[in-house]
Amino acid sequence: MLTTVQDSGRWGLQARGVPVGGPMDGVSHRLANALVRNPPTAAGLEITLLGPELEFDDERVVAVAGAQFDLLLDGRTMPSNAPFIVSAGARLRFGARRIGSRAYIAISGGIAVPPTLGSRATHLISAMGGVGGRALAAGDVLPLGEPTDVYGSVSMPQAAIVPLPDRHARVRVLPGPQTEYFSTDALDVLQSATYVIAPNSDRMGFRLEGPPLAHSRGADIISDATPLGVLQVPASGQPILLMADRQTAGGYPKIATVISADIPVAGQLGPGDTIAFVVCTMRDAIAALIAQERALMAVEARHA
Amino acid sequence: MSTAYRIVPAGDSALVVEFEERIDPAVNAKTIACAEAIQAAAIAGVRDVVPTYRSVAVYFDPLRTDTDALLERIAHDAETAVPAARAAQAPIRIPVCYGGDLGPDLPQVAAFADLPEDDVIRLHSSATYRVFMLGFVPGFAYLGLVDQRIAMPRHATPRVRVPLGSVGIAGVQTGIYPAETPGGWQLIGRTRVRPFDPSRAEPFLMKAGDAVEFYAIDRAEYDRGAST
Repeated sequence: MLTTVQDSGRWGLQARGVPVGGPMDGVSHRLANALVRNPPTAAGLEITLLGPELEFDDERVVAVAGAQFDLLLDGRTMPSNAPFIVSAGARLRFGARRIGSRAYIAISGGIAVPPTLGSRATHLISAMGGVGGRALAAGDVLPLGEPTDVYGSVSMPQAAIVPLPDRHARVRVLPGPQTEYFSTDALDVLQSATYVIAPNSDRMGFRLEGPPLAHSRGADIISDATPLGVLQVPASGQPILLMADRQTAGGYPKIATVISADIPVAGQLGPGDTIAFVVCTMRDAIAALIAQERALMAVEARHA
Repeated sequence: MSTAYRIVPAGDSALVVEFEERIDPAVNAKTIACAEAIQAAAIAGVRDVVPTYRSVAVYFDPLRTDTDALLERIAHDAETAVPAARAAQAPIRIPVCYGGDLGPDLPQVAAFADLPEDDVIRLHSSATYRVFMLGFVPGFAYLGLVDQRIAMPRHATPRVRVPLGSVGIAGVQTGIYPAETPGGWQLIGRTRVRPFDPSRAEPFLMKAGDAVEFYAIDRAEYDRGAST
């Protein structure tokens, strides 16, 4: 179980070595915020595989998006992807997980822990953000912000925007930024098989096991920036998919980058799950991102 | 003077401008100047501008950025980047207690260099280093270039825990650990200076392009605990 406070990330300080962090599935995080009328940057909770039990001191609107869990509010079943009112003293419990790895809880008013370097996102390695830079533990008390509007935002469940993968996902990549560091067939090899996400994978990155990708000019580059979703390949040839808590820079060649629209799908995978890659065009990547953005904006408009 | 560079996309939300592929203060100075020019242009949709040794990554929101204009701007700044004159800037001076339990790898570095430990200390503390880039963890500055004689490669197996403030060598790079983290660098000393402290008004001691010097202090001075 790993539950952390996450907002939209600590942007603007990568030049000082500060990782961006933020949600593994940013679309579900934003959807949950929209459903409770929070701004898209508001802090909520990211829960991984096993959910917590939360007790509320005052009345709030709550929504859960992303991975599907059985949600029990004082024993009553609650829907995902829909706002519901939690009264003072009520307990929200996460039961069995049905599909996906990470769920996002948004609470009207947002979680109001003090920001560090402009963000509330928990970064475990730098012990920064959230509650003391760590994962939540039983007994923690979280401050909440002022809700804009407690009532009036309850609605029917919203269709999920991120298609939840059932322990396997196929994601689209754009070649580069360092394809020239690989043998000419490496991109074909990458697309030829399914990779298994190794047990030592986490919010920093997914270590993948599958057909090795051959280098053509060695496995070292002069360290450069490491974007979200990039596939870096150390000497072993086994790629590492860099995720939310990645370092700002790294010294391994990078063969391809998962498109922004598919990163939330990858973010719903966990150790033991499998992932396949298919090369697409920039046009495809942007079209997919526009479709996703339209769906999010429609929800935001409906709940504004 | 025309500059050798290329611009490559890294996915759909980043463009990377790459200069000559080598670790070189002149290339790095051009890289930083280019990053500063892009940053100063404050282009709508740009989220982060990240200079490294010889490249600048520009992260942007592709749905809120005029990508063609951004590409044009980056090409212009790469073409015309002129390192700012920083002659007036004094180096940041870092007191280091070398050797003993605070610098457990000093004997190995001395053996690697085939020099007495004092000479290793003298070589490490007599150079002015350049901050080529920051990375690894918040506030970690990659400093260079270390004298070739003491440029010992990192440990084959990293330590699980390197104490905060440790000063290490990894080939021609040197640096200060800003947090307690795993790490493979050869640890030759320790400082009480904190490269990163989010509670300070200025959390970061160093930025890319700064000049840094180390000077030796004895254990008594270190123990007295002055942090600057």
